[in-house]
Amino acid sequence: MCGIVGLFLKDRALEPQLGALLTDMLVTMTDRGPDSAGIAIYGGAEAGKWVMTVQSANPDADFATLEADLAAALGAPVKMTAKDTHAVLELDTDKAAGARSAVKSLRPDLRIMSAGESIEIFKEVGLPADVAARFEVSKMSGSHGIGHTRMATESAITTMGAHPFSTGPDQCLVHNGSLSNHNSLRRRLIREGMSFETENDSEVAAAYLSWKMAEGADLGDALEASLDDLDGFYTFVVGTKDGFGVLRDPIACKPAVMAETDQYVAFGSEYRAMVNLPGIETARVWEPEPSTVYFWKH
Amino acid sequence: MQTFDLEADGLRALNSTLHAQKEHTNATAWEIINPKGSHALAVGVDAPLDITVRGSTGYYCAGMNKLATIRIKGNAGPGVAENMMSGSVIIDGDASQYAGATGRGGTLVIKGNAASRCGISMKGIDIIVHGNIGHMSAFMAQSGNLVVCGDAGDALGDSLYEARLFVRGSVKSLGADCVEKEMRPEHIEILRDLLARGECDADPSEFRRYGSARNLYNFNVDNASAY
Repeated sequence: MCGIVGLFLKDRALEPQLGALLTDMLVTMTDRGPDSAGIAIYGGAEAGKWVMTVQSANPDADFATLEADLAAALGAPVKMTAKDTHAVLELDTDKAAGARSAVKSLRPDLRIMSAGESIEIFKEVGLPADVAARFEVSKMSGSHGIGHTRMATESAITTMGAHPFSTGPDQCLVHNGSLSNHNSLRRRLIREGMSFETENDSEVAAAYLSWKMAEGADLGDALEASLDDLDGFYTFVVGTKDGFGVLRDPIACKPAVMAETDQYVAFGSEYRAMVNLPGIETARVWEPEPSTVYFWKH
Repeated sequence: MQTFDLEADGLRALNSTLHAQKEHTNATAWEIINPKGSHALAVGVDAPLDITVRGSTGYYCAGMNKLATIRIKGNAGPGVAENMMSGSVIIDGDASQYAGATGRGGTLVIKGNAASRCGISMKGIDIIVHGNIGHMSAFMAQSGNLVVCGDAGDALGDSLYEARLFVRGSVKSLGADCVEKEMRPEHIEILRDLLARGECDADPSEFRRYGSARNLYNFNVDNASAY
């Protein structure tokens, strides 16, 4: 199974509620996957700022002096906000190129969850309500976000095996289903210069889209191409800095419901996830068609 | 009219209350409020009740229905009216995957569109869809009727047995062993009755009929190498 939720706001007045709305949607999907949960929030880019989210198994030790250590290594100011096992590092965009390797050399055991101008990913093993509470997701604001609650099938139940997967700046993907050609595609993508953190099939789909977009495709084109190159069952919801996309495989046995109003576009594995959204009673509600790319942009 | 608030009293209480109604109950009219996409609403009803669900439903609403008329004033999730035995289920909106799957009797009316696998393995149910249906509909359908006022997706009627399929719009592709068949006067009459029961005013003469070519009924030794 697995449960997916997504919310892409058109009305900026709803932005302060994004985290709360997404948390409610994700908690409703708990019985579709109780292993682990994660959420990606696009908090709105601030000019010249770069945001990295990192995760640690020993946050007290790892995060104690990280802010100062990273600032010294980069020779530039860093602002760190620790949230449970995760920390959000904010730095100047011109230091972004060296930040990843600096973090890796300062704290080799830290895992980098996401990096970009506006994306923050928080994910852990556990129930959605617990994971969301640990990271205070309901207090977060933003323009769009994606959540996932996992019932593991293809790889181990670990923090890094949880969704969303991020394989490029400001990009993320969540997946319900299982891919059958992920090993061969992973080898191909490694030859193309992509790197992988896990054995997870969904990470391959994320990396495939990142690779396509690095080659110049926009998100819509990258999703279109994946219909030819990805084999298996999938409902994907993907995010970019200003975009939000949905794709189902040609068989489309993994459930998906969408709703659109003047204020938002919402995705849920089930309609139940969306029942508390404002104006849902009069929203246009539909089931996305198989093999059809749905794509919104701010 | 008995009103049941699902949010206040819960699913188990709803279904056991409905199951407790016997053939001669006086409480025949029921309304379910606050369904909010919940699963397994009004499953296994076995009495001539008239049940209205005020909103959209999740998985398996009205499954195994016998005798009851169940109206959904919204959209229905996957597996609505699965294995229905008799009675009728009427959906004002769209239905998700495998609506009416394995149904043995009764009438399923979908006033919007149905997604993939509508009527898969149907065994006597009549399904009337006012809109379109998705791919692999009526897969291995054994008997009963599927009426589609809009278009049908890929692989309609794959490995079909003796169900009748009537489609007014286009058919994206036919599945293995499904062929178009002549629309004779008796089929027009059958279809006229189905449309009336389906609360649909479409003209029966605008439909095409599809059925089994019956080539898959017996094993053909020439295909042995294909397995």
